[in-house]
Amino acid sequence: MSTELNLTLQVWRQPGPDAPGSFVTYEAKGIPDDSSFLEMLDIVNENLIERDVEPIEFPHDCREGICGTCGVMINGRAHGQEKATATCQLHMRKFNDGDTIVIEPWRAAAFPVIKDLIVDRSPMDKIIASGGYIYAPTGTAGEANETLVPKEAAESAMDAAACIGCGACIAACPNSAGQLFTSAKLWHLNSLPQGQPERFQRVESMVHTMEQFFGACTNHGECAEACPKEISLDFIAYMNADYMKSKIKNRAKSAQI
Amino acid sequence: MILDSKVPSGPIQDAWDNHRFNIQLVNPSNKRRFKIIVVGTGLAGASASATLAELGYEVHAFTYHDSPRRAHSIAAQGGINAAKNSRNDGDSVFRLFYDTVKGGDYRSREANVYRLAQVSNNIIDQMTAQGVPFAREYGGLMANRSFGGAQVSRTFYARGQTGQQLLLGAYQQMMAQVNLGKVKLHTDQEMLEVVLKDGEAAGIVTRDLTNGQVRSHSAHAVVLATGGYGNVFYLSTNAMACNTTAIWRAHRKGALFANPCYTQIHPTCIPQADEFQSKLTLMSESLRNDGRIWVPRSTTETRRARDIPEAERYYYLEEKYPAFGNLVPRDVASRNAKTVVDAGQGVGPLKNGVYLDFATAIGRDGRDAIEERYGNLFEMYERITGEDPYTTPMRIYPASHYTMGGLWVDYNLQTTIPSLYAAGEANFSDHGANRLGASALMQGLADGYFVLPYTIGDSLSAKLGTEPLATDDPVFKEAEKDVNDRTQRFLNIGGTKSPDYYHRELGKIVWEHIGMGRNEAGLTQAISEIKAIREAFWKDVKVLGNGDSLNSSLEKVGRVADFMELGELMARDALDRSESCGGHFREESQTDEGEALRNDDDFKHVSAWEWQGDADTPQIKHKEELEFEYVKLSQRSYK
Ligand SMILES: Cc1cc2nc3c(=O)[nH]c(=O)nc-3n(C[C@H](O)[C@H](O)[C@H](O)COP(=O)(O)OP(=O)(O)OC[C@H]3O[C@@H](n4cnc5c(N)ncnc54)[C@H](O)[C@@H]3O)c2cc1C
Ligand code: FES
Repeated sequence: MSTELNLTLQVWRQPGPDAPGSFVTYEAKGIPDDSSFLEMLDIVNENLIERDVEPIEFPHDCREGICGTCGVMINGRAHGQEKATATCQLHMRKFNDGDTIVIEPWRAAAFPVIKDLIVDRSPMDKIIASGGYIYAPTGTAGEANETLVPKEAAESAMDAAACIGCGACIAACPNSAGQLFTSAKLWHLNSLPQGQPERFQRVESMVHTMEQFFGACTNHGECAEACPKEISLDFIAYMNADYMKSKIKNRAKSAQI
Repeated sequence: MILDSKVPSGPIQDAWDNHRFNIQLVNPSNKRRFKIIVVGTGLAGASASATLAELGYEVHAFTYHDSPRRAHSIAAQGGINAAKNSRNDGDSVFRLFYDTVKGGDYRSREANVYRLAQVSNNIIDQMTAQGVPFAREYGGLMANRSFGGAQVSRTFYARGQTGQQLLLGAYQQMMAQVNLGKVKLHTDQEMLEVVLKDGEAAGIVTRDLTNGQVRSHSAHAVVLATGGYGNVFYLSTNAMACNTTAIWRAHRKGALFANPCYTQIHPTCIPQADEFQSKLTLMSESLRNDGRIWVPRSTTETRRARDIPEAERYYYLEEKYPAFGNLVPRDVASRNAKTVVDAGQGVGPLKNGVYLDFATAIGRDGRDAIEERYGNLFEMYERITGEDPYTTPMRIYPASHYTMGGLWVDYNLQTTIPSLYAAGEANFSDHGANRLGASALMQGLADGYFVLPYTIGDSLSAKLGTEPLATDDPVFKEAEKDVNDRTQRFLNIGGTKSPDYYHRELGKIVWEHIGMGRNEAGLTQAISEIKAIREAFWKDVKVLGNGDSLNSSLEKVGRVADFMELGELMARDALDRSESCGGHFREESQTDEGEALRNDDDFKHVSAWEWQGDADTPQIKHKEELEFEYVKLSQRSYK
């Protein structure tokens, strides 16, 4: 049978994008240790509603660690202290009775707060729109098996493609850099045979878009530490290498025209 | 009302070709003069938006998520079917068609299913070109596996994250069109009304979830690709926000709702741990390939699983179904789990699960082999339950997972409202009374990539030269007022209980009476209980905050209100259909062996329900008779 925890929460409350925010303290009593972190917030919210206090707004949807919607700073760490665990996958049995837990939204200039713990992450979609795809209009594709993809290449692409786009990497970075997110998408596409024709165009435009919104990477590695899917720092190195090459390749290409 | 399915005549093999030849096309240079609204950016919506934009249409894509990539399709694990016969094991378009019609227990439209099987191969080609990292063999060819009891290996997969990878593929393809300005993306927008002018769809009204702004959008055609309604059960494997509002609002405006009682309960989910549980997690069905399902024979068992001797274990699927054993179809596996739990043989602290035990497989193949096959699933299980499935059997129990019912659509995927289309899980089209594993992803992408982009031209071509209706037209103003009034009404109730409380209470009724086993008394009771709770809800629900900022309680309360009405219709549909078929098990209609017993004489039809103007007047049923020319009707048996 599960045991129950009594906790103190310090939660960032901010009524709207332009309103000032502050920490508010709540007691979370009788939390079953089988519940997930988000179910703990559900219970707190039910109690708040009972007392006519507006519930805490927090981001979530699938609660299975795959949609990338959830994500808050828990005691100063993106998605909390558990390795390779999204906020929704974190369970209360990892906490102790009597703990104080500080809960904040993602902190990054490019992620303005919408309300309480919910931020606007739309710049990540803009990076994808600027080149994070293979242009293959519907109907044009040939038989899939005509292009062989070595098993290792497919596995490596999959390692990168596992990114859930939650933004923890950016929130964890002291510079709010977007390198881990961007490089994961780049390696997913650039490492596959299908991704070769647009490879250098892709890296140049995605990196430029990334730089419009996010800070510079100074190799802290906090991003990979925070990543719920353990996306590797290696991808950043590959991205940098491709970006260097793109400067020559893309120039050579435009000279040919 | 006559339901015209518009199924083309002639041999089924040529139907789709002939149909494409016969429908009206829109000239390429004219396509840009048409505006299309697509609500939903899951597999069905994203693939439709991308393809329609590539064809030249002006597309407006809407989602309530903050990014299109978060649609619930992202969570699909197992894989996607296609009839490529790449294992040389006898698969074919006809076999996929046949299996799907049979699996759906003869309650789907043959021509639609045939078309689905025909385009299935194009989906894999398209997705591979898009960069989806499908699993590969060492030689670099595509790998595939057998899934959900299929006798051929036709399921393509990307680790345990097939839905994620397919959705990212479709999303990226759509984002390329966003970059080109061909798709205008509207995130954080919840569609709350479909707007009709002279009986035809003219647009939608949305609410901006970040600031409450209510706006009208007009178009020549509207596509709803808004997913399924499995969350009517409250606890389900669906994402928290999945809901019925988009299709329910369309239903209230006149779109017929087909087979609402056809829902799928997935047998392998982690059982509920406590009252506060918010959702149930699916454990991939592939686990049944190696796990053995059992419960203790005794109802008073208290020992740990390991300490219970073989003779005192009841491997009920293996005993009852020697041929299929643990691999019986989902509905059969689910119902049998319920039977043993109801009999008091359940396991776990709440006695609400059955064991899925890997000890035999580990003994036979070694721990490493099992780890390689299921490592990530075992890890996920341990994370949630705190128990190690290598040493303690998993506990599983069925949960609501997928809804076969949805808006009635014809062969063109058009609803009974002209110019309003439905795609993906939101329509009722291809799965009959039960969906086979790995077929939902296939259907969503078939609709969005290869069906809708052609069929939509048929209704559009007649509108050439017309502008979309102005959004200051009275029909839009009226719909906006309805949305605003409803918001105010919720905020003004000032009751005592949260929307979640009412959702939970509704879910209990739906699960109890419209779940795995249904009977006349229970369904009649469900109708009156849901009515009562709906009345209480409208007097007593409490929504704090306001309508002009992000307010998730307000989002939720509208969805729960629609679930209440849908739940009642599900009960009516289930009551009316006094036969068993697929996922719909009427206890009064079973074989001597306890299997679902169809009644083809009276129920070989689609039940499509028409709204009668208010929630207190029951809907009227219309029938679409089904013909089976290619797949012979027979009783399913898995003994
Ligand atoms: C856990 C799980 C595992 C699964 N595994 C498999 C599998 O292995 N193989 C398989 O074939 N199938 C699987 N399925 C089923 C399959 O994933 C779904 O049926 C399918 O992805 C549905 O796709 P869709 O595009 O129709 O809808 P969704 O992906 O649900 O998308 C709905 C979209 O509509 C939007 N929307 C909804 N309402 C509104 C509104 N009112 N206003 C604005 N936007 C709105 C949402 O924002 C979202 O973008 C699984 C399902 C679950 C729950
Ligand atoms: S809620 Fe989907 S990843 Fe956490």
